[in-house]
Amino acid sequence: MIRNIFFSQIPLSFLFLVETFAAESGGMPQLNPEFWISQIFWLTITFGFLYIILSKLILPKISANLETRKSQIMENIESAEKQRKDSEEKIKEYDKIIQDSRIKAKNYFNQAREKVLKDISKKREILDKELSEEINKAELEIQDLKNKSPEKITKIAIETSNDLIKQLIGVDVNNSSISAIVEDLSKRNKKEYHGN
Amino acid sequence: MATNPMNQFEVYRIGPEIKLGSINLSFTNASLFMVISSIAILVIFNLGSKKNSLIPNKMQLLAELSYTFVSKMISDTAGSKAKPYFAFIFSIFMFVLFCNMFGMIPYTFTVTSHIIVTFMLAAFIFIGVTIIGFIKHGLGYLKLFVPSGVPVVLLPLIVVIEIISYLSRPISLSVRLFANMMAGHTMMKVFGGFVISLGIIGGWLPLSFSVALTGLEILVAFLQAYVFAILTCIYLNDALNLHH
Repeated sequence: MIRNIFFSQIPLSFLFLVETFAAESGGMPQLNPEFWISQIFWLTITFGFLYIILSKLILPKISANLETRKSQIMENIESAEKQRKDSEEKIKEYDKIIQDSRIKAKNYFNQAREKVLKDISKKREILDKELSEEINKAELEIQDLKNKSPEKITKIAIETSNDLIKQLIGVDVNNSSISAIVEDLSKRNKKEYHGN
Repeated sequence: MATNPMNQFEVYRIGPEIKLGSINLSFTNASLFMVISSIAILVIFNLGSKKNSLIPNKMQLLAELSYTFVSKMISDTAGSKAKPYFAFIFSIFMFVLFCNMFGMIPYTFTVTSHIIVTFMLAAFIFIGVTIIGFIKHGLGYLKLFVPSGVPVVLLPLIVVIEIISYLSRPISLSVRLFANMMAGHTMMKVFGGFVISLGIIGGWLPLSFSVALTGLEILVAFLQAYVFAILTCIYLNDALNLHH
């Protein structure tokens, strides 16, 4: 309030200043009451007209415009928020689907691997079996051959030595004596061979 | 006397003489500029409120910015209770602003440079605010003159000061606007007169003053309209929300 008094004093003092100034230059037209009533009259009319049209027609429209814009913006923000939430849910779903399918794929892969490994081991077993059979067979054959070979060798040795003696000396040597010698030699060789 | 700086405030009759008995209601240059200001306000704000596009065009933006400016000013100073008086304060602000601004155009007449006009506006506001205060608070409105927390000894003095201050409101409100407008326009006229009398050699300095003053006066024209409106809001606030 005191501030108000202070404020009101300034223009008042100004008024006195202006009045002295006006007095010097021949009066202020503002203080001539000739057109005061006219000014009041026209001010009332124009300002009243302005107030009525502004308050009844124009300001409600501006206010409505502002309201609709506000509500529209709010709506847009809401719908944007909703869409954002939707998209977030969709992303979650998508992530879940991807994870699920990843797990599934891993399972499939593992199953397939196990199956393949099983198959491989089965096949390997079969192959191993077959191989060992073949090896056994071969070994048997080899053993057989080995067992038969000394006799054959002896026989061949006897024949060859017979032939050689015949050709070299021209004498027919008794087969049994040669065979005795050959057997004796081969036995010695065999001992040496087995000694290794 | 074109060099008289007070000449620009002269009111003269335009068109026929209108008389109601012995009362002179003739249309004057002051009336003309009141009408022009009002019509300019109505045209601008009508254009600004016509289309309702989500992204406002220039006129719409102007209207809406003014609306929110005044609306914010009222809610800041007088609170939400002052909402019904928005249209009146908006009209007052725009009327004073446009009258001030039209006065800045050379060879125009400044309506608000006449004490009778500003005093009528201020008196209307003062009476209206007082009526609103008594309607809202009954005789309790008189508590406005008794500030709380004042020693009893000082109370008679304070009450007298408060009453004087309250009664001087319309005077301070009207004289502030009138004196500012008149002083500014007189100064501009004086400096304009100096430009002519000093001629092409010496006239540059007052001319530059004149240019600077024009800028200052445009600022003052806005500021005084703003002050007028905001003081109205403050008075209204006293009437609506009794603080004492």
